[in-house]
This record gives sequence, structure tokens and C-alpha cells, in this order.
Amino acid sequence: MASSGYNNLNAKLVLLGDMGAGKSSLVLRFVKGQFLEFQESTIGAAFFSQTVSVNNSTVKFEIWDTAGQERYHSLAPMYYRGAAAAIIVYDITSTDSFARAKKWVQELQKQGNPNMVMALAGNKADLEDRRKVTPEEARTYAEENGLFFMETSAKTAANVNDIFYEIAKKLPRAQPAQPPAGMVLVDRQAEGTRASSCCT
Amino acid sequence: MDEEYDVIVLGTGLKECILSGLLSVDGLKVLHMDRNDYYGGESTSLNLVQLWKKFKGSDNPPPNLGSSRDYNVDMTPKFIMANGTLVRVLIHTDVTKYLYFKAVDGSFVFNKGKVHKVPANDMEALKSPLMGIFEKRRARKFFIYVQDYNENDPKTHDGMDLNRVTTRELIAKFGLDDNTIDFIGHALALHRDDGYLNEPALDTVKRMKLYAESLARFGGGSPYIYPLYGLGELPQAFARLSAVYGGTYMLNKPECKVEFNEEGKVIGVTSEGETAKCKKVVCDPSYLPNKVRKIGRVARAIAIMSHPIPNTSDSHSVQIILPQKQLGRRSDMYVFCCSYSHNVAPKGKFIAFVSTEAETDHPESELKPGIDLLGPVDEIFFDIYDRNAPVNEPSLDNCFISTSYDATTHFESTVEDVLNMYTLITGKVLDLNVDLSAASAAEE
Repeated sequence: MASSGYNNLNAKLVLLGDMGAGKSSLVLRFVKGQFLEFQESTIGAAFFSQTVSVNNSTVKFEIWDTAGQERYHSLAPMYYRGAAAAIIVYDITSTDSFARAKKWVQELQKQGNPNMVMALAGNKADLEDRRKVTPEEARTYAEENGLFFMETSAKTAANVNDIFYEIAKKLPRAQPAQPPAGMVLVDRQAEGTRASSCCT
Repeated sequence: MDEEYDVIVLGTGLKECILSGLLSVDGLKVLHMDRNDYYGGESTSLNLVQLWKKFKGSDNPPPNLGSSRDYNVDMTPKFIMANGTLVRVLIHTDVTKYLYFKAVDGSFVFNKGKVHKVPANDMEALKSPLMGIFEKRRARKFFIYVQDYNENDPKTHDGMDLNRVTTRELIAKFGLDDNTIDFIGHALALHRDDGYLNEPALDTVKRMKLYAESLARFGGGSPYIYPLYGLGELPQAFARLSAVYGGTYMLNKPECKVEFNEEGKVIGVTSEGETAKCKKVVCDPSYLPNKVRKIGRVARAIAIMSHPIPNTSDSHSVQIILPQKQLGRRSDMYVFCCSYSHNVAPKGKFIAFVSTEAETDHPESELKPGIDLLGPVDEIFFDIYDRNAPVNEPSLDNCFISTSYDATTHFESTVEDVLNMYTLITGKVLDLNVDLSAASAAEE
């Protein structure tokens, strides 16, 4: 949900794309500056936040990972609800993953809010010698469907910060998804302490 | 799919999703499947097209009702008691971070043909037109006794052991008349029948305190809260919890046949020719129809309206309880209404529900006293369904089956079933001692 104060904006950002395309790796690189060669399927983490400064304002991204629910096409509508931005990730060494990315874009156009900022990320750009999807093909598709496109590498960090920065720049011009009207039961400030006492 | 799981959960209703979440957090390997291509089962919220398909057999709702996706019509409408057990479960699991809530505007009770605000404390009792002048004073004394009552402080007990004294005896001590007892028992203590009168009074006193404390919590006109976008958000949020802790999700799985060995113990679940092995199965009654029996029938009317329910102070979300005695019935009737203010309908639209336990072969006509309170409606649908409860012995077959959702418009009975099932499955009692005061509603 995009909600704005004077100079800062909270924006929910969702990741989409096939298993193994590198969604979690992109987030880990962006949020923690880390890369793991053998990233396990997403377990235990589903909610990251990271703040980006653009011009005179800040954008605090609340980043939702799929938690593996995309594997059997079982993402809940809640996942898309109120999202201000989405990154659709594919693997440049797999034409299948690019085809699936297009399906995710369709899904977003159906489920997401119409003013959402959408980015297409051709990940694993460091694997040039195994490339199967050309940047031209992806860029053309992106332009036709109102997305912006970048090739990224979570491994080398190429374009990772840039893609989030680019989204942050485009956000303030987008309409807020929904006026934030509700309340959360637990203050997110205190979330860390509570999480540690929960469910152990 | 051809792996071995500790638990396979069938159906993504709220009860199954809470259990799936709790079990995944406990470190169990969980596979969660649903025959439908959407989350929520009986506790889902439908958009307008889905609603039309279900009740009118067409997917063309009239355009004057607005956009289909603006609707989230609960199939099991309920409000959440602000200090109740569901909120404790939400905080315990940290699932609250996926959800936005708003207080419910009003809590009313039907009495002698009229709708009245439910008085929750001594001050409100004095103002309430539900009682005459002398009865008000007696009720005020009773409310003060309940507010001051502290289980651990005998000085507040007034010489009565509420574990022994029945509710009837306690109320007799304060001299309250039947009319007052009726709204206290059904609209404040949320008892579903009059059995509580002969039970120890402690339970009723605790329920009244829960109501009053919940009411004070958010300073709204009711003790209830409700999620933006409808109750269908709750199973999705718990499913996400389960997935985050490694639970595997598969929707749109036809059949989901539970397989047993010669001893009658569960060994797995088959769908589309593949069998996933497991030690235990958790499911709603529809997945194991041979292990449940019918215990009742819910009758519900669902109405789309363009105005709030009359005589509820323009409440955009409201509950009205119609106690059994007021209607000459054996079970209470519940009216539930929410609207665009909770993002369950387009601007200007209201969704109202009238529910009760069916007592005759004409359940639709039983709902009349509740429907009469609504005023004119744009559209009305009727949903009549059987309630089932398990008859199996889980220690013998390792099947853990939930009980169908009842007609009440609150979650207390739902969560009780979940917590009992959790204990049966794991042998553990869920510790719900969370810090409720720390969870004051933060405005986002």
C-alpha cells in the first residue's frame, strides 16, 4: 500500500516470477548486500523492508516474497492487494522462465491495482554465455506492456539497486493504491521483539 | 508431490489455515491442498461474479451494483472480539502484519420488537431504554460487581464462589428481571442458548468482562473489529504464515482422496493419480464425509443494500443479536452488516447477513424477523447448509477433522475448535499469554 507523509512514502512491493529465477536473491542483494550461490527455496522470511532516497524524499519498500506459494500457482489475492510496485523476474538463460514471466504480468494486470509500477528484471545477467533471452526481445515486450526493463545480476549486484531506485523514482507520480484507512494490531516498530518471542 | 509429509491439510478454510500455520511454525513438514482454485473454502469472501455464479447460476451480475472486484462477501460472516482468542492467536503468530483492521461501529440487541444498543457497563446501563428506572439501578449494581470482580481477589467476590454459584443464582441476588437476563446472557456474554443459567456463574462473568474490555480497547461503538477486504483475508494470512515456514501450497487439486492402510490409519492423500504420503491428515468435514455426522443446519440470508440497517445510528458495520426468547425460538438469530467502510463493497453499498440455526424444514421463512430489520434490499440470496462434526477417533486413524462453522457472528467457538484440534494433533497446549495491551491499534 503506498501511503505518503511529507517527504516519505511507504510502498508495498511484490516479487513475481518462476521458482529459481532469483527473486529472493535479488531481495537479499538489495536489502543485505549478500549473495548465496545455492540459495535455498524461500523459508522463514517473507517480509523485508528497505529505504531508498530519491531526490528530497525517501521511499520505504515493504517487500513481499512469494514464500514459495508461486510454485503450484497458489499465490493468494492478498499478495497483490495494495501493492504499489511489482518486479517480475525471469532468468535470461531460460526461455521458459521468460514465457512464465509474461504469464505473471497477465496475472498482475488482472489482480493488481491499475496504477502499479511494474518492472521486468532479466536476472542472472552474469551468465552471458548461457543466454537464451535477448535484451531486445524483453525490452520490446516490456514497452508494449507498460513495464520498464533492466537486466540484473544478484551475483555481481549489477543493476540491483538501480531497479529499486528506478521504481522509487516512478512511484510518487503513481496514484496511491488505496487511502490507508485501517489499523494494524501490532505496531510494526515493535515487531522485532515480538517476533522473537513468538512461536518458539 | 510424491514426498512424505508429517501432516497433509485438506481445505483452506480458516480453521485449517490456522492449524497449517501453527504446525509449520512448529517445524512440521506440511502439504496444504484445496479442491477449489481459491483460498478459504467455507470461510472465503466472494466477489460479485463468484456470488452470482454460486447463487444465481449466471456470471452476469447487474451492472448497477458496481465493479465485481470491489465486493468481498463473506460466506461465513463473523466479527472478531477485540480482546478475544482469535486476536491472541493473530498476535502470537505475528500474522497481524499482513492484515488491516477497523473497529466495528455498533453492537445492538433486539428486544420487544425494537433494536437497542447493547449496554456494556454501569454508565450505559443507566442510560439504556432497555430497562425501567428501578431495573436500571439493579443492573448498574450487577455491572459494577462484574467490573470489579477479580478471580484472584476474594474481597471482590462478595462472599460468593462463582465456581459453585450458578448464573441464575447470581442474577437472582441482584434481582434482575428475565428481560435484562436475556440481553446480558445473549448479547453481552454471547451464550447461544439458555443452558448457561444453570452453569457456574464464573464463565458468564468472564464473558461479560471480555465484552466490556474489548469495547474499551478501541473506543468504538462495539467490542468487535473486522479486517479490511473481508474475512477471506484471514485464511490467506495464515496460509502465508504456513508457507513462510516451509508449508507447500496446492490449490485446484481435484478429488484429494485420503488413503488408509489395513488398520484404518491414514497413509496419504491421492490427487490426479499422485499420492503424497503422510502421518496425519487435518481437514474440514467435506474431505472425509464418511467420518462426520450432521449436527445441524445453518440458514443464512445475504443482502446487498444501499443504506445502513435502520435504527442502528447509521452504523456502517454492525451486529444485532436477536435472542431466542424474543423470537420464540430455540436458537438465537444474528444480523451482521458491513460495507464499503471495510472495503467489502463499492462506495455506498452495504452487505447484510441474517443467520440462524435452522429449526424447521422452511429455513428461509425462519429468517423473516431478521430480514424485516434490514429495510429495502437491492438483492437477496439464501444459503442453507448442513453443519457436520467428526465422529472418528483421531488416535486410531490419525484424521483430525474440524467442525463446520456455526451461525454465530463471532469467532469464539471457531477458535475453541482450532485450539482443541491443535492439542489433539501435537499433544501440546498453545500458550496464548500474549501482551494484548502492547498490541494497541497502531494507525498506519
